[in-house]
Parts: sequence; structure tokens; C-alpha cells
Amino acid sequence: MTATFAPGARIRIRDDWPERRGPCHIRTPHYLRGREGTIQAVLGEFPNPEDLAFARPAPRRTLYHVLFEQPPIWAEGEAGDSLLVEIFEHWLEPATPAQEAA
Amino acid sequence: MSAPARPESLALLDKFVAALATRGLVTEQEIADRQASTDRASPEIGARMVARAWLDEGYRRLLLANGAAAAEQMGVSMAGAPPLGVLEDRPGLHHLVVCTLCSCYPRAVLGYPPHWYKSFEYRARAVREPRAVLAEWGTTLPPATQIRVVDSTADYRWMVLPMRPPGTEGWSEDQLTAIVTRDALVGVALPRLPVAAAAE
Amino acid sequence: MSDAPTPAIHDLGGASRYRCSPVERDEAPPDEFGKRVDAIRQILAQKGFMTVDELRRGIESIPEEEYFALTYYERWLTSISNLMVEKGIIPAEELR
Repeated sequence: MTATFAPGARIRIRDDWPERRGPCHIRTPHYLRGREGTIQAVLGEFPNPEDLAFARPAPRRTLYHVLFEQPPIWAEGEAGDSLLVEIFEHWLEPATPAQEAA
Repeated sequence: MSAPARPESLALLDKFVAALATRGLVTEQEIADRQASTDRASPEIGARMVARAWLDEGYRRLLLANGAAAAEQMGVSMAGAPPLGVLEDRPGLHHLVVCTLCSCYPRAVLGYPPHWYKSFEYRARAVREPRAVLAEWGTTLPPATQIRVVDSTADYRWMVLPMRPPGTEGWSEDQLTAIVTRDALVGVALPRLPVAAAAE
Repeated sequence: MSDAPTPAIHDLGGASRYRCSPVERDEAPPDEFGKRVDAIRQILAQKGFMTVDELRRGIESIPEEEYFALTYYERWLTSISNLMVEKGIIPAEELR
């Protein structure tokens, strides 16, 4: 398996809410959905926790360390402060100019 | 506060252990052995790893590249433990670790997480207002320091490698280990010199 | 994002209801109850009866009023005992 995104790539976290569709277990915090960030590192491949949580066969997924700027996620942050979060590849999409219209 | 378990929970635990033991799935001896091995992990392990990294450039590079291998060098068995990632502070950048979704914590090198790390307040606030949280610990960062909050959401466990404080030149590994607290390894505090040493 | 759905019960990052609550600096190690639950959880995982992901899913599915009434290791015990029942390893009657 190769990582789709390389360090430095701009990505967006999918604005998806599986919680609305029924029982699930997800490791992507709510506050990052729909937010843009930058790939800092590829951390490896791990069985998908969304399947492990229900004892289903769990295909391995690439895990990334993704860097986000603290504001605008929260106004309480100071410019330059940041958030660094492990996110699985299936939650990532390229950050494209097209999303400006959304 | 971490309230005691309710009587019905104590009763449930007894029934659960009995049900497991009856089937030969878990024995009292196994529970005692596991508890003893869990009790052996303490923040002193992580502190010593930091102290060694301050003194030994080769070890520092290993620690940053492969925390688990660096822990193994300290005699810690990392078999079955999650990968250990190490976050290096540098001038202008300070790391703070939290797990907003549950309570992920580098237990192999820090031991049991403290109650506050698992609290709803810490989990909610550390990502949103880290500076206010640090202030509650009395932690003041040098001016123009950016905070990087690491939300531990998945398969790694994270430990901070703080900067070595000035005034510790010539100190031994034991002396340095003693100033690296558990709180400094999570990032809510900085390594601090004892008052007497600082006054010298 | 103002129309974002309400986060799940455990998804606490930034939760406004804790904004004005200081972090209580409780340094006490787990009590005997907590340590036992913790040890059992590790043994069950090591023997392949459950994953840590299943533990978390079980905690996250505790009904809200119970979730906040239970202590940390009580939530763990609830999760792992429910899991063993769900998997058919222990009959529910034995835990009543």
C-alpha cells in the first residue's frame, strides 16, 4: 500500500458525520470535519479502527499526522498555535480550490 | 475527584471475574501478575529517556525516529504496546498532549494516566484553550512560543521531549532525570530546577 | 460549521460546557477496583477476546445519563462485561 498524500500536501478532512447514520466508531474528532490541514508525516499502516471496533475484518489504512492551524478552528487560539492529529487516509481529500464555492 | 466505584459496580466486577475464572479464561493469578507489571511502569522511565537524549545525541536521534526502540534500550518491553512517538520541543515551539476521544497515553513509559488527563475538562479544553490550561499549572512559556496541541486519536502514543533548562550544564543523567516530571512529559509543565539549584 | 451535528458523547474536543471548569488536579493512582478492571481488560485483549477499539466502542455506546454517572473504570467494566455477553462468552444471567 502506498500513501496517497506526501508530507506538505494540503488536504481537507471529509465533512462526513457517520454518527448520524447509526452505530459507528470513528477516530476523527468532530472539530476537524471539513477543515483544511497539511500532511506532516506518514505514520504507517494500521487496521481500520472503524472495523476493529465491531470485530469485522479490518483492512489496513495509511495513517497520517496532519497539522491544522488553531484559529480559525477556535477563536481562543493564538495565531501560530496549531493542532497535530492522527487521521486515517479514508478521511482525507485533496484541498482543492473548488471547495471555495462550497 | 475520582469517586470510588459504586457497590453495584464492585458486585458486577466480582461476578465478572467469577464468570471468567469458571471458564478458565482469566485467573486471579493472571490478574495479580498483570497488575504488578502495570504498576512497574512509571514516569521515571520517560524522564530517564529524556535525560539520556539531552546527554547523548545518538540516543536523541533514536528517540525521535523510533520511540519504542529507545524505550527498549531502557529495558522496557514494548512487545504488544502501541508505537511510541516523541514530540521535540524547540525554541518557539511547545507540545501539549491530550486525547479528546478517550484517554490514549504512553503507559509503557509513563505508567497509569493521572485522573486529570482522563477528565472531561482536560479533554475538552486542551485543544481549544491550551494556554488557559497551562496557566492552571502555573506554566509560563517563553515569549513568542507557539503551542502545538497533539490530539492522540489513533495508533500512536505520544510523549514530549522538552528542552533542557539552562543551569543544568554538567549534570548527570540521574540529576537530569529528577527534574523531568510526568507533567513535563505530557506538556502541561516544563522541567524546572529545584529552587536551591536555581539560586546557586 | 454552525450547522454541524452535535458531537458524540465521547467526542469532547472543545466542548463548550467545560469551558469554565478548571481541570481538577487529582493525582491519585487508580484504586484497587480500577487496577483490577484495567488488568482484566489487558488480559482479555492479549488473549484475543477483544480489541481496544471494541472497548472504546462499548464505552461510547453507554447511554448518556449513565455515561456521566459512572466513574472512568466503571465505564470500562460496563464496556468489557457487555462485550463478553455480546460475544456469547458469558451469559448475561451470570452478571445480574
